[in-house]
Amino acid sequence: MPQANELPGDLRDLIACPSCDALYRAAETAHGERAVCARCHHVLIAPLEGAILNIVALSLTVLLLLVTAVFLPFLKIEAKGLSHTASIFDAALAFADAKMVALSMAVLALIVFIPVLRASLLIFTLLPLLSHGRPLPGARLAFRWTEDLRPWSMAEIFVLGVGVALVKIADMARVELGTAFWLFAVLVVVTVWQDTIICRWTIWEALDREEAAHKRPSSVPEPDHG
Amino acid sequence: MVEPRDVFEPVLTARKAGLVACTHCARVWPLGQRRCGRCGGRLISRDRRSLSRVWAWWTVGLICYIPANLFPMLETTFLGKTSGDTIVSGAVLLAMHGAVPVALVILLASVCVPVAKFIAVAYLAASVQRGLPADPLRRTQLYELVEFIGRWSMIDVFVVAVLSALVQLSIVVSIHPGPAALTFALAVFFTMISARSFDSRLIWDSLEADAPRASGTKKIPAPAAPGGVLKDPQT
Repeated sequence: MPQANELPGDLRDLIACPSCDALYRAAETAHGERAVCARCHHVLIAPLEGAILNIVALSLTVLLLLVTAVFLPFLKIEAKGLSHTASIFDAALAFADAKMVALSMAVLALIVFIPVLRASLLIFTLLPLLSHGRPLPGARLAFRWTEDLRPWSMAEIFVLGVGVALVKIADMARVELGTAFWLFAVLVVVTVWQDTIICRWTIWEALDREEAAHKRPSSVPEPDHG
Repeated sequence: MVEPRDVFEPVLTARKAGLVACTHCARVWPLGQRRCGRCGGRLISRDRRSLSRVWAWWTVGLICYIPANLFPMLETTFLGKTSGDTIVSGAVLLAMHGAVPVALVILLASVCVPVAKFIAVAYLAASVQRGLPADPLRRTQLYELVEFIGRWSMIDVFVVAVLSALVQLSIVVSIHPGPAALTFALAVFFTMISARSFDSRLIWDSLEADAPRASGTKKIPAPAAPGGVLKDPQT
């Protein structure tokens, strides 16, 4: 174990690249600038002006779009005088009829529950920070989960899947796109936009800062130097 | 421009500095600490066992991927007659109907991406195990590509879901998911876990095997800002 004095300054000033472990002194990065790892080019810090407000606003939009979309008509098919409508739930539950209940649950989670959960956790984590309030208990766990869940939130892949399905049946039947389809299309744009403005390092720093600001000076624990 | 040789000279890593980095929030802690004091994530300096997990999930994924290609993904009942379509035969049928771009999307997402992903993950794991001297930057970029693109293979499962939910026109025509839908979804799921189990820091370790240990006065650089400008408050 190295002595604490072997390292210049405080461990809190250091940042290690999660992708290649290169160690850096965290630079003051201005809004709109990106600090990247010199050897593996991983983006380490990329703060944006008003990012936290935008993330909260976009999370609320995601919640609103998803919750509305599941209750509105999604797709309608018409051919030879027959017609059939399907909601987003019907699409997810299509596997349940074929005795693949677990797959139905998984699809429902990937396209509805996980996006809703991620948006809710982000609001839970970031809303207090907007008014410079103390982060809620569990905010750290909530933010770690939103980042861990990111690859499993697949609403945008679902929309492309709908597009492919529509082309497949285009010459067989007439398909009417319902409101829910368009809400999902907007959702794709919102999700992609949101993912590009989340800077993990900035949010962790903000959580640290607000928590420290709301503690009495006497109760501030000594930073752990080992 | 910076010569690649200069970029890859041994740099100070968290491990060499006697620290362990949190891969969730990038904060560093003294080597030996078990959990990150900031985000609560588990701290492991180098996860050697990650390679066993990569291979285990990789194998399970491959086992699921074989039946996913042999059994029908979709079962179409047209006027009482049922026929099954596998991934490839479905795409071929689509191309014959003139929808070549969509057929290519399906083939790309359901055949090319999964196969390329199996090869890429195997190559990355093997290159680390055997200490191949391949360009670490290229390998890191390959890993990031695999992580980014892998999830898009799920598209075929969603196509099946939408078609089976929508095409239900009583006795005329109806579509039901075939058994391959389940094994294909599992194959995508397991390969995603396999790729995520990989510790990309292992790629860079071959550069440091014989590098001298950092001294106490070693300067820690600030991350490169755009334009390659290094901002170092120490200087």
